[in-house]
Amino acid sequence: MPNLEHPAYPAATLLQLESLVPCRESQVSMLLSIFGERQQFSFPSIFIYGHTSSGKTYVMKTLLNTLKLPHVFVNCVEYFTSRLLLEEILMQLQSCSETQQTSHVPCDNFSDFVRLFKQAVASRELQDQTVYIVLDRAEQLREMEANILPAFLRLQELTDRNVTVILLTEIVWELFRPITGCFEPLTLYFPDYSIAHLQKILSQNHPPEYSADFYAAYINILLGVFYMVCRDLKELQHLAVLNFSKYCEPVVRGEANERDTHKLWKNIEPHLKKAMQTVYLREISSSQWERLQHDNGEPGQLKGISAHTHVELPYYSKFLLIAAYLASYNPARTDKRFFLKHHGKIRKTNSMKKHEKTSSHLIGPKPFPLDRLLAILYSIVDNRVAPTANIFSQITSLVTLQLLSMVGHNDQLDGPRYKCTVSLDFIRAVAR
Amino acid sequence: MSKRRSKETTVENAECISQVQKILRERFCHHYPSGKLFGIEYQSRHLLELLKRTIIHGESNSALLIGPRGSGKTVLLNHALNELRGMKQVRGNLLEVHLNGLLQTNDKVALKEITRQLQLENVVGDKVFGSFAENLAFLLEALKKGDRTSSCPVLFVLDEFDLFVHHKNQTLLYNLFDVSQSAQTPVTVIGLTCRHDTLELLEKRVKSRFSHRQIYLMNSFDFKQYIHLSEDKTVQDVLQDLFHYTKDLRLLQLLLMFAVSNVTVRHPLVTASDIQEASKQYRMDSKANIVHGLSVLEICLIIAMKHLNEVYEGEPFNFQMVYNEFQKFIQRKAHCMYNFEKPVVMKAFEHLIQLELVKPIERPSVRAQKEYLLMKLLLNSNQIMDALQLYPNCPTDVKQWAESSLSWL
Repeated sequence: MPNLEHPAYPAATLLQLESLVPCRESQVSMLLSIFGERQQFSFPSIFIYGHTSSGKTYVMKTLLNTLKLPHVFVNCVEYFTSRLLLEEILMQLQSCSETQQTSHVPCDNFSDFVRLFKQAVASRELQDQTVYIVLDRAEQLREMEANILPAFLRLQELTDRNVTVILLTEIVWELFRPITGCFEPLTLYFPDYSIAHLQKILSQNHPPEYSADFYAAYINILLGVFYMVCRDLKELQHLAVLNFSKYCEPVVRGEANERDTHKLWKNIEPHLKKAMQTVYLREISSSQWERLQHDNGEPGQLKGISAHTHVELPYYSKFLLIAAYLASYNPARTDKRFFLKHHGKIRKTNSMKKHEKTSSHLIGPKPFPLDRLLAILYSIVDNRVAPTANIFSQITSLVTLQLLSMVGHNDQLDGPRYKCTVSLDFIRAVAR
Repeated sequence: MSKRRSKETTVENAECISQVQKILRERFCHHYPSGKLFGIEYQSRHLLELLKRTIIHGESNSALLIGPRGSGKTVLLNHALNELRGMKQVRGNLLEVHLNGLLQTNDKVALKEITRQLQLENVVGDKVFGSFAENLAFLLEALKKGDRTSSCPVLFVLDEFDLFVHHKNQTLLYNLFDVSQSAQTPVTVIGLTCRHDTLELLEKRVKSRFSHRQIYLMNSFDFKQYIHLSEDKTVQDVLQDLFHYTKDLRLLQLLLMFAVSNVTVRHPLVTASDIQEASKQYRMDSKANIVHGLSVLEICLIIAMKHLNEVYEGEPFNFQMVYNEFQKFIQRKAHCMYNFEKPVVMKAFEHLIQLELVKPIERPSVRAQKEYLLMKLLLNSNQIMDALQLYPNCPTDVKQWAESSLSWL
């Protein structure tokens, strides 16, 4: 019993379409009913939102391609200015109206676009059917001129042609609406895949040398580990491909057969947990990970990207950096207590204690003046430090290395203020 | 409208349904002039009178149609123009120039468009104009040559009038109003806008040249007039809801469009449940939808942010604080969660930023550490709690944690 049906399109095409878009039947049938027949008017603008990889682009592409509807598909990240975007739409329109060579159409504002669009649509093929303009990653439209988004939303009215603009994005419509309002589009939601859907989609194309059940069990374990953290289909697919060879290993070696689910699970589970800390964060690249599995190396013995942050610094630069860290994360009033040998009596007041508690590592580094940095530096270095030109040039070179940053660029020479922008781990490594 | 629909659709015939769909779709989507005006008869008469005076007597006028979005400004104007075109003495005796603030974003483009629509291109084409001012001067010259009796009247329609106000020096508006004030070619300028304070935006010299004639289109009808299409109780309830939300007729069209697009051969009549289904579609809370699709870790982060908001009364927070709050939860309770590493949590946090559920207060610069960027949550606590109720397979301790913020401190 096919779920999709529409009088305007042959049943075979719809059946094919249904097999191409698993778990998206209701969305596709709704879109079909909104699109209607070719010569009928459709809604001027449709706004589709949903999570990352919930099949917005894919469904729209397959739908338009299988039904052979005239359409233009543009990614707004790729064409990031209004001029590029409008010209690309006109180019693609030319190519879907006739097979002749497409030529570049100069078009720098929307007024020209509407005129040229009318010309392009006037051809015989496009005259009496709905033309679809799909704008992927539509959140970029907000970055363009203020008139672009409202004008696209009412393109049907402006051009007086049968055209539907479809916006695909991850962000909700409320954050798009301009201040003075605009033509309200029809908003549709592509819901997230549930765990059952993910399982179905992921185990759809299993490797041919193993049985479907075997692969489905693998996907089940994978989802068990990663579902808490990640529901992104693409990411899960990628992880599934990467780790499958490890899962098969006991079977290949003959230690277990395909039915020993428990043994297989015991084998793979720590491996997958390791993968979350490394491959999922892109600490280790996937090719490295594959090589590691191939050589049977212990996962995690490779140093990831973040482990390479250790920088070799000269002697005084290390002390400067430590001094800067101390200055950034400690309040100035405690300096005397910590860094002077003969400080006065310590008065433990309530307010001081409370203040220290909140200001520690939660709020982030505070800016400090250069004088304080130097004072702390002199007190933590045991021998005498001469304030030579070298010391000062090392401070500025730390700024260019982005280990320190300058705050409020008001004056270069007179009393500059700095901030320390390195983490505690990094400073610990330097101090050791 | 619905009576006719039900009559036609009783004939169970695919051809017929296709026709019905075609007609209704044209009406709902394309704002086809349907011949009937609703609630704006007085305004319509006023506008028609005004336009007639221009065309027949050669009077120059200017007027502003003001009304909220979707209140039928364009429909009213098109209706009046259609009626005018039908009259004998008007035919062939009126030039129309339609400008839209969205398309003509500056005066240069607008001028080009005017030249094009008045078909003066061939005249302008031979001459080489040095500047915008010269071009404008020529056009005005062409307009000035005529006098009140002999020359053809020109009607300027400025859609999205409030956007023309932002042009530099309001040159276009000044010149148009100036022509309409002095005894030259009869020119009528009609502006369409949804801003009620448009007149305050005009410069003084422009404002003084504008004849302060304003036609207001308020959605001034009550619920009885709004429905008049159904005796069914459920449909009336749905419509009542919609009416409380907005009196905008476009939303009604959207609702009906949804219902109509479900009509097929097997299902030839629009039923009350169709209307109900359609109303469910537009009433979805989009942010709750987005929260529904988040992973458990991301939900935990949102709850932590909610607690921070409650404790510190809406002060901005950074990632470090959220992570701290989350750690507290993990350490004290949370049997079902294992301890995620900080970079994994960071990745989840960045996903929230990407979805714009959390927004940085200032633009993130390269230098600042991302842990310490100050953020703001764009959800309120009611939304979070509602979304959490609908969340599938939510761990119980997470739910408990969400309910009690203070007991954790």
